[in-house]
Order: sequence, then C-alpha cells, then structure tokens
Amino acid sequence: MTVIDQTAGAPAPGTTTAPLLEVRDLHVEFHTRDGVAKAVNGVNYSVNAGETLAVLGESGSGKSVTAQAIMGILDMPPGRIPRGEILFQGRDMLKMSAEERRKLRGRKIAMIFQDALSSLNPVLSVGYQLGEMFRAHQGLSRKAAKAKAIELMDRVRIPAAKERVNDYPHQFSGGMRQRIMIAMALALEPDLIIADEPTTALDVTVQAQVMDLLAELQQEFTMGLILITHDLGVVADVADKIAVMYAGRIVEDAPVHEIYKRPAHPYTKGLLQSIPRLDQKGQELYAIKGLPPNLLRIPSGCAFNPRCPMAQDICRTEVPVLHTVGDRRGSACHFWKETLGE
Amino acid sequence: MSEPILQVRNLVKHFPLTQGVLFKKQIGAVKAVDGISFDLYRGETLGIVGESGCGKSTVAKLLMNLEQATSGEVFYKGQDITKLSGRALKAVRRNIQMVFQDPYTSLNPRMTVGDIIGEPFDIHPEVAPKGSRRAKVEELLDVVGLNPEYINRYPHQFSGGQRQRIGIARGLALNPEIIICDEPVSALDVSVQAQVVNLMEKLQDEFDLSYVFIAHDLSIVRHISDRVGVMYLGRMAEIGTDAEIYEHPTHPYTQALLSAVPVPDPEAREHRERIILAGDVPSPANPPSGCRFRTRCWKAEDRCAEETPLLAVPTRFQGAGTPAEHESACHFAEEKDPVGSHAA
Repeated sequence: MTVIDQTAGAPAPGTTTAPLLEVRDLHVEFHTRDGVAKAVNGVNYSVNAGETLAVLGESGSGKSVTAQAIMGILDMPPGRIPRGEILFQGRDMLKMSAEERRKLRGRKIAMIFQDALSSLNPVLSVGYQLGEMFRAHQGLSRKAAKAKAIELMDRVRIPAAKERVNDYPHQFSGGMRQRIMIAMALALEPDLIIADEPTTALDVTVQAQVMDLLAELQQEFTMGLILITHDLGVVADVADKIAVMYAGRIVEDAPVHEIYKRPAHPYTKGLLQSIPRLDQKGQELYAIKGLPPNLLRIPSGCAFNPRCPMAQDICRTEVPVLHTVGDRRGSACHFWKETLGE
Repeated sequence: MSEPILQVRNLVKHFPLTQGVLFKKQIGAVKAVDGISFDLYRGETLGIVGESGCGKSTVAKLLMNLEQATSGEVFYKGQDITKLSGRALKAVRRNIQMVFQDPYTSLNPRMTVGDIIGEPFDIHPEVAPKGSRRAKVEELLDVVGLNPEYINRYPHQFSGGQRQRIGIARGLALNPEIIICDEPVSALDVSVQAQVVNLMEKLQDEFDLSYVFIAHDLSIVRHISDRVGVMYLGRMAEIGTDAEIYEHPTHPYTQALLSAVPVPDPEAREHRERIILAGDVPSPANPPSGCRFRTRCWKAEDRCAEETPLLAVPTRFQGAGTPAEHESACHFAEEKDPVGSHAA
C-alpha cells in the first residue's frame, strides 16, 4: 500500500516551514524463525517544532518499532526496513551513513524510555552518566561535564542536585529516575524528543509531576515531542494531534479535540467506549471483541475486520486507504462516514 | 447490607530489617501495613487503591495468610485466620482464593491448562472426586469463556487476556466465597481489560462472590467496586462507597490522587484544577510521625505531626446525612470538589 497521507505535509497554522520530522510510508519487518513479522506497514506522520504528537496503540501495534526506526536503534537483523523515508529537517535519515546518524542521536533527536531503572547503568553514578553526554558529544572535561550534570539535575527539579550527583540509580525513586532520563534526553537541547511510555511505570501523582515537567520543558525549548502511549487520559492531557495505530498502520489521525468528540474509525471508537464511565456503573463495559492480531498473520483487507462491529465483505478483501475525513483528519476505514455518524 | 463475611481488625505487618551475617540483629522494620481495619460483605466488591509501596499487595497476602501478620486479626466467619495453621487453615483457604497480577509469571509454563486449573483439586480432593475432574475443568474453561478443547494446551499458547482467564478459572475451581484480586487487569491491553472486567462481574453475579479488588487504576476500580478504600503508606486514608470516595472525598490525599488522574477528555484540559503533590512517598521503613501524609499535604499543621488521625467519620460531618459522612483519617477533613473527578 502506498498512500501518501494528505495531512502529513500540511504545516501547522502560523508556520510555513516543512515539518521537523516526517515519516513517509515506513515499513519495518522482522525475520523470525516462524516467518516474517510485519510490525510496521506503511506509516505516515509528521511533527512540527513545539508540537506534541501522540501515537496511541496497544502492544504489538508497531508504535515503539516506528520510534526505534526513527532513532536508528532497531536491531538489524532481525529487523529490516524494506521501504519508507524518515525525513528529519528535510533529509532522509535512512540514507545517511551510520556516522551521520550517530551525530544526530542525542544532539538533534533524543529518546526517553519507559523503564528508567533498566535504561540507566546501575554501576555508574547518575552524574557520570549525565556528564557522558557532554564528554562524548562536546568533548568537555570531566569536571566541566559534572558541573553541567548538576545544572541539568537542577533543571528537572531534583532536590539537592549537588549532593546527589554522585548517587547511583538505585538510590533514586521511580519518579526521580524518570526525571534523570528526561534530563539526559534534554542535555544537548535536541529539536525532537521521542518519549516511549514515559510515565507508564509511575504512580498517578508522580505521573502528573513528570508530564507537567515534560510539557514545560518542551515549551521552553520549542521542541517537537512524539509521545508514545496506550493511555487515552494522558493523550487528552498533553497532545496536539493523535495518530492511532493498529497492526502496524495508522488507522486514524486527527487533532486531539476532534478525535475524542467524534472518532472516525471503529477501533478508536471502541477504545474510547471501553473506558469505564460514570453513567455505565453496574452495566457491562463495552469491550472490543477478540484479540489484537498476530503480526505473522495479519488478516487480509482491513486488519481490524475480525474485531470490527461494522465489518462488511469489502473490509475482508480491500485494504482501506487513509481517507481525508475533515480538516487535517484521516481515517483508514471504508465506512468512516457511518462511523462519524454522517 | 448483609453480615460481613470478612472482618479485618488492626492488621499490622512489619518486615524486619536486619544487619550482620551470623548474629542478625534487627535494626528497624519496614512498616508495610500498619493498622488496617475494614469489613467485606457478602456479594460486594471492595476496591483498594493506592500507589506503589502503600501496602495494598501485602494486605492481599495477609488476607490469604500467605504472610504471617505481625499483629491484628482477620475474621472469616468468626474465626481468626491469622492464628490458624495446618488443616484448619487449609479448610479456610478453600473459600478464599486469589487471582494474581501477572498472567505471564503466575502460570507454570510446564503444566497444561488442564493441570493448572485442576491443581486445586489435588489439594482439596473432596471438591471433585478423581473421575470427575476433567469434566469439571472443561466446565470451568467454558465459564471463563475459553474453548474447553484447549485443555491440553500450555500457557504460552495463549494471549495475556486468555491467560488471565485461566488464572480466574483456577481461582474459581474450589467454589470460593471470596476472591482476592491483586491488580488483575493492569498487565492487559486496554481493549482486553474491559473483557476481563466484564467476565469478573458476570462471575460475581453467577456465583455470589465477594471480591477484594486491588488496583491502581482508579477508573476501573470505580466501575467494579461497591465500596472503595484508599491506602497511603500502610494505612487506610479514607473508605466509603464509590460515590462518597470519588465525588465527595474529604481526605486531602484522595483529593490529590483523583485530581492527578488524566481525564480522557481534551476539553477538560483547560478548566481542570489539578493538585500536584510535591515530592515522593516517604520510605515505609521510616514513616513520618502522626499523619503519614503530612509531609506532602498542603493542609498540614503541627497537630498532624503529633497526633495520628483515626479512621472515623469526621465530627463535623457526623449526622449530616450527606455523602461526606464517611470514614476519613484526617484532622482537617473537608469537602473540596476536585474538578474533573467526575470522569475518573
């Protein structure tokens, strides 16, 4: 399927420049013993500077694999990118040399991972790990790098940064460790941050602190932010626009306000309906029937058809393209009009 | 409401912290659960919410007597199960079963589904005589919505949601009266969570079960629970019916917790008042004196450090007849409608 998302190239109101990052028709597959797992099957999305794109999906939807492809940290092999372009500030990163990409990583694009405890090295102090960014990329001395590390820890509001700079990751709480991850991502003031489930491992009160911090720093540096999550609540709180992924495809993309009011894809609709609501107390929750598909055997036609309440014959044979369903909105459903209730 | 089926009184669990290799001496204790009391009624669901480290999972283990309580009682039909052992404990456990959080590690990968669900019958052979076991297991698989033909398959052949159904079938095998669910849906995908929650509600009606539903997802807890208890650092901060807790919380911690839950409605983003708590949860090895929450509370005064607030209906609300009249462990309990909590 080669569909160019009509919404992808549209600049945000008030800007005339090309998007900061544009993913075009990206495909990623993994060669496994049991066959080829098609994790990403033609993804298009774009982020502008200062904008937050939320990529929403369940496990196995390809949301993290897309991010890893952008960062250039996919394991290849078994991974392979047979097709697609990843344009960062207009240049295709997939055509760059390993050395060129390494220079972008950290300096221009940084990533925040879900599990801070396993992403930090347990035998090195956090100050050393933060300072490493400056030593490796800017050639600072150990002393200067440590001073920078303290400055960063202050900025992400770690109390008593000066005293704690020589502490090890296990000496920090979960929320503090995630702050250190954020500090590390911010170290070189990148233009784009990819946050892969940054608050999933945290408690709600700490999650609120961390998301606030992230939003504030994003404003300060007018960074682009790709937020990968499965939490519809977090998305509603911070995102400007949303891309919903299912079985390696974007099934719906839209500005945040519209998607919650009027979803244009049955999958999005199902997800929103399955959130427990007050007026449904004591009633059965709406549940999307069935299970997410096996990536080795993605159903033909629309991948969502076995679980879809609206599926017809055409859904089993024909892959729906991403129809333009409104201003900067797309839905990959043959029956988007019916879903929207038009 | 009917008679309580389970009565918990001043339950305490301290894990000793020791120093030294040969001569271990106790240098302190992690006060995981520090004086908790509540009742569970027949056929109801009691939700217990709280952040990690608040002791909610330890409570689950204590209710099963999987951990020996430091002090306090758990009465099941008038019997204190914390004092039981051997045959008597085994008999009680038949009626109190558990469903665990992680369906990936709580099922033995080398046993077939039939063996996993049938294992409780090995321990309690009086429930199902040897010849009828297979039929029983097939029936259980059917009850939880799995194909009975899958009886000889292994756990790895199932998805997360299906595995959790296997765990639930195992919990149901002995026809228990109480099922303690420790984060039963938090490891599952959003679209699958709803399926499992629906199943649990259906089973509750069918078998007249009482649930203790422990979770950190406040919206799921509200959906399934009749009453909700909020825990903070080993103590119960507030307990009441779901409407009392979610719409009329009087404890500052509950108010902060509810306000921090992201609301799946972008319209609420602008006019939502959030209470962002400062700092982290203190260590349960060295909890603050008096009220445990005072170090992060915006209402804290000297009295909070000196005097431990008791879990009781605050005097100002006694006899008020309003939803604020429920137990709350705060000296300065008052209603404050946290904007946006209605959607939680």
